[in-house]
Amino acid sequence: MIEMIDVWKTYPNGVMALNGIDVHIEKGEFVYVVGPSGAGKSTFIKCMYRQEKPTKGNIIINGKSLAKLKERHIPYLRRQIGIVFQDFKLLPKLTVYENVAFALEVIEESPKVIRKLVMETLELVGLKNKARFLPDELSGGEQQRVSIARSIVNKPHVVIADEPTGNLDPETAWGIMEVLEEISNRGTTVVMATHNKEIVNTIKRRVIAIDGGRIVRDEKRGVYGYEETPDPVSPR
Amino acid sequence: MRKGVFTGMRKLRTLSRHVKEGFKSLGRNGWMSFASISAVTVTLLLVGVFLLLLLNINAIASQIEDDVEIRVYLDKTTDENGQQQIEKELTGIDRVSDVRFVPKDEGLKELIDSLGDEGEVFASLENENPLPDAFAVKTVKPQDTPVVAKKIEGIDNVNKVEYGKGTVEKLFKVTDTARNVGLILIVGLLFTAMFLIANTIKITIVSRGKEIEIMKLVGATNGFIRWPFFVEGFLLGVLGSLVPIGLLILAYQFIYEAVSVDLKTVFIQLLPVYPLMFQLAGLLIVIGAFIGVWGSLTSVRKFLKV
Repeated sequence: MIEMIDVWKTYPNGVMALNGIDVHIEKGEFVYVVGPSGAGKSTFIKCMYRQEKPTKGNIIINGKSLAKLKERHIPYLRRQIGIVFQDFKLLPKLTVYENVAFALEVIEESPKVIRKLVMETLELVGLKNKARFLPDELSGGEQQRVSIARSIVNKPHVVIADEPTGNLDPETAWGIMEVLEEISNRGTTVVMATHNKEIVNTIKRRVIAIDGGRIVRDEKRGVYGYEETPDPVSPR
Repeated sequence: MRKGVFTGMRKLRTLSRHVKEGFKSLGRNGWMSFASISAVTVTLLLVGVFLLLLLNINAIASQIEDDVEIRVYLDKTTDENGQQQIEKELTGIDRVSDVRFVPKDEGLKELIDSLGDEGEVFASLENENPLPDAFAVKTVKPQDTPVVAKKIEGIDNVNKVEYGKGTVEKLFKVTDTARNVGLILIVGLLFTAMFLIANTIKITIVSRGKEIEIMKLVGATNGFIRWPFFVEGFLLGVLGSLVPIGLLILAYQFIYEAVSVDLKTVFIQLLPVYPLMFQLAGLLIVIGAFIGVWGSLTSVRKFLKV
């Protein structure tokens, strides 16, 4: 499903974010990616949907090699992957409905199908009655639900979440986890970078720990592992 | 076949979506759209004013230049054969467009007419006309007059060649300068307009850079993102050109009516209101639309690299 083969990433400013990553994630798996700030979690995740391009090595997603991927084919890769961001990344001038529908407009779905899928998905994340609201009018947890709805509305095989609970209070975070678990139970592969020790230790799933740009631990039913207080200022 | 119809329908649907989005975006970014449209309005108004000025300067200069002709006076002894010979030679000269015979009677009449009241003095001369027969020669381009005049001087039986030497050269210098200055002004103004408008649009789009980035991350192709911006830029340009067009038509009509009577006494005419106004309107809309689209698309490009 997702395979990384000897992936290296050095940023133009000299920061070596990834130093030889090998990983294999099966279809339907739920994977936590943990590690201290600056360990390379975000780069690891961004390489999967090609926001960053590895300096060396190859990534294979759904049997497609990203190394040979042309610039203009990147959008088609991203349509197969749902992405959930820490800062939600909702379009501020579009309503909840329009934000979720955008992912379907992009693939030129018919308005009828769009309507049906968007309403179904909003129901799944519990926001059916807020479809006409603007992102500004929602709480952080609700905005993240919209972001999740957008990421899954076109039924991707993989959902990648980069610290989806990073900006949310603990209670809201659990609500988000429920939604992600539900998605996982439907057979979607979920990769989630997180700083939330409590979540990782409670909902036990595969844990990949990254430090210094390398995988230092990979356990089937792992724990968060090391003591570290999440950054008080929103970690990135 | 079925598939072809399907994708055709899908393309059409997407296109109408892009057009709708372009319109909606104008409204969503209300003040920014207003700023861009105002920039287009102000600059196109300036462009329009100078364009009308230039076109009229050009027209008036041409009218004045067209009055320039070469008068070829013949030796009084020239008989009909010699006359025909000269006419033949005149028409044979390069860049001569028109040769007209002016018998001495007609020449005197023209002279008296041109002098107005003072011409009465010459009226008594009508019986013993001192003027020789002449030819009036026009050149293809008025600027060729001096060269052609020089050639005519070499023809046998030609007594005198007159075209207002000195004055004509000065006139051409003035009209040429007027044209060139006008042209430079227009070109300079057009460039200024392009950058002013494009920059205003750029500012409004830069503030939406994050949105474009998000669209890319959700899987939109560059084309999908560009189309609504294309429509939006087009609308900004066209909407911005409407006010200048309206104002210029009103103003030009007013000026034309106020001035044309006075100008007629000196045999000068402004360009008639129509079709000039249709041409101006068309040109301003095209310039506005072009600059709007150009400014919009070049601004978006920067944010598509996600």
